Amino acid sequence: MKPEYEKYFRNNLPHIWCAGCGHGIVMSAWARAVNQLGLDKDQCVAISGIGCSSRITGYIDMHTMNTTHGRALTFATGVKMARPDLNVFVFSGDGDGTAIGGNHFIHACRRNIDMTVVLMNNNIYGMTGGQFSPMTPFGKKATTCPYGSIDRSFDMAELAKGAGATFVARSDIFHAKHLTDMIVAGFNHKGFSIIEAVSSCPISYGRRNGTPDPRDMMDNIKEMCVMKAAYDKLSDEEKANKIPIGILQQIDDAPEYTSEYEKLVERVQGGAK
Amino acid sequence: MANVRLVQGNEACALGALKAGAYNFFGYPITPSTEIAEHMAEMMPKCGARFVQMEDEIASIGAVIGAAATGRKAFTATSGPGFSLMQEAIGFAAIDEVPCVVVDVQRMGPCTGLPTLSAQGDIQQARFGSHGDHAIIALAPSSVMETYYMTIQCFNLAEKYRTPVILLLDEEIGHLRERFDVDPDEEVEIINRKQPTCAPEDYLPYENTEDDVPAMAYWGKGYRYHMTGLTHNQKGYYSSVLPEVDAFNRRLTRKIEGHIDEFWESEDFFVDDCDYLFIAYGSVARTAQEAMEELRAEGIKVGLLRPKTIWPINEAKIKKACEGKKAVIVPELNLGQYAREIERVIGKPVEKVTRVDSELVLVEECVDKVKEVLK
Ligand SMILES: Cc1ncc(C[n+]2csc(CCOP(=O)(O)OP(=O)(O)O)c2C)c(N)n1
Ligand code: SF4
Repeated sequence: MKPEYEKYFRNNLPHIWCAGCGHGIVMSAWARAVNQLGLDKDQCVAISGIGCSSRITGYIDMHTMNTTHGRALTFATGVKMARPDLNVFVFSGDGDGTAIGGNHFIHACRRNIDMTVVLMNNNIYGMTGGQFSPMTPFGKKATTCPYGSIDRSFDMAELAKGAGATFVARSDIFHAKHLTDMIVAGFNHKGFSIIEAVSSCPISYGRRNGTPDPRDMMDNIKEMCVMKAAYDKLSDEEKANKIPIGILQQIDDAPEYTSEYEKLVERVQGGAK
Repeated sequence: MANVRLVQGNEACALGALKAGAYNFFGYPITPSTEIAEHMAEMMPKCGARFVQMEDEIASIGAVIGAAATGRKAFTATSGPGFSLMQEAIGFAAIDEVPCVVVDVQRMGPCTGLPTLSAQGDIQQARFGSHGDHAIIALAPSSVMETYYMTIQCFNLAEKYRTPVILLLDEEIGHLRERFDVDPDEEVEIINRKQPTCAPEDYLPYENTEDDVPAMAYWGKGYRYHMTGLTHNQKGYYSSVLPEVDAFNRRLTRKIEGHIDEFWESEDFFVDDCDYLFIAYGSVARTAQEAMEELRAEGIKVGLLRPKTIWPINEAKIKKACEGKKAVIVPELNLGQYAREIERVIGKPVEKVTRVDSELVLVEECVDKVKEVLK
């Protein structure tokens, strides 16, 4: 690990992730972003739910909380309303964020409270051994859909856009430098920022879906993830197996929740009834 | 006299929370607790404190714990259905030792039950609602004034013992309007969590201290540490090392139950001078007290022990109080949830007066019960 961002980690590695897991790449992309932003660790908070992805908070040297499954955004909302001066990062998985945490997800998007969320999407429940998540593609196999999934899947970015998120971006572990850029841009956005980080789980997903080798999974991600500008120019047919990466929605004039609250306090204390 | 007015139990709770220094409220509307949220929504911005209506009770308790972890005083208010939804996170607050307060204004259950009517059906849920072993503190007031002071006490106990504390109102007390004579500027004791005195690199957020309660550093002051719902070592990192896990789990219970004499409270009437002893709490204690007075006027020696601290139960105190009595009578608005606990403690059956039809226990039901066992 590069010493300039080693300082953002506790010296308690090794981590729990399997060899070839994509989550470590997300973690270093995030650390590069924090280093670029030059943040004071003592003024930063990192909160996660439950899952392999959510274990990230155990390694980060900030005020960290590895909360309950799906609820990271609720704890983070509490932290931000208690201490709006602190910088809040949230880490989640596709299962954590869009299944059990789906209700909190859409309401956090709607509320627009200033925090930066990195949702590590490996299309599977990695931690519990490979059950399908709401982001497992139709037809793919998991331990609880051994004959192929008949569930339609979520596009997290579209979900976030629909729920009114003011910063929605996507990147992936192949384009790790781009992922760092997205996290930096998300952090600099005043409001709720959500960045989908397309990750990989060779153990619980790849093995059942013809890509047990992490390198093959990486090749697939490289093939699949296309910069938004290029993606927009593709024909519908060409788009079929691609997903756009980059900033997918940014709304700069939406009221941010903690600022609105401060205005409310001023208004009420100013004597208005 | 200037301060005397009619106040509702739920409003007294809201006023008490502000007096205790509550900075954050997160909640979701539910009868019969909603007035607490409404009062907080109105009052908190005026004091520069923060009210947020969340998307559900799971979010509410999560946000409460998040806010409380940073160092603020935070609470939520709910009723049975919402209290059930909060249980997993209450376990998080217990295992990570986060001081916070959950107000449960009990209504008739199970499930949606009878939302506007009174019950005391969450007594066991308050103790055992969350999975795993941990102790909890729960208080139950019997009047509007007491609701005010007990709410303050809940925050103090939460801070002192680093634990979630449950305030168990029943609908009857939550919606009761009665004389409220409190000077808002009165000095009350306010307890804040113990701060570390060591250097940040030596800080153990889950230290096995002599008093069983580790210091909890405010955030942003150099003491960075990890909180996890996983069983953890003194540093806060996941641990499955047998002696560590054992010591940790035992401390979680010992820090409360082992220190019960420091905080356990009851109100006693003729406990040492009676043949028949009522044990009653919340709104029902008022009924029991009336029954006691009526019976004593007839020359029957009746007493009342009203636990203000419902959990943990003070085994020594209850045992001693029940010793040599001709009968112990436990009236409550459930089918014997606390009676079962008293029976466990004293090792013999008690007389129950129960109601689960949403009506209150009547004075004459308590009187009749004593006369029945007297024969
Ligand atoms: C309330 C609750 N339900 C279920 C679980 C079991 N569980 C733990 S992690 C997990 C799935 C995690 O998947 P994801 O969020 O996609 O993260 P990944 O492990 O793939 O990184 C589940 C179902 C739990 N811990 N808590
Ligand atoms: S199971 Fe999958 S997601 Fe979990 S650590 Fe292993 S490779 Fe990564």
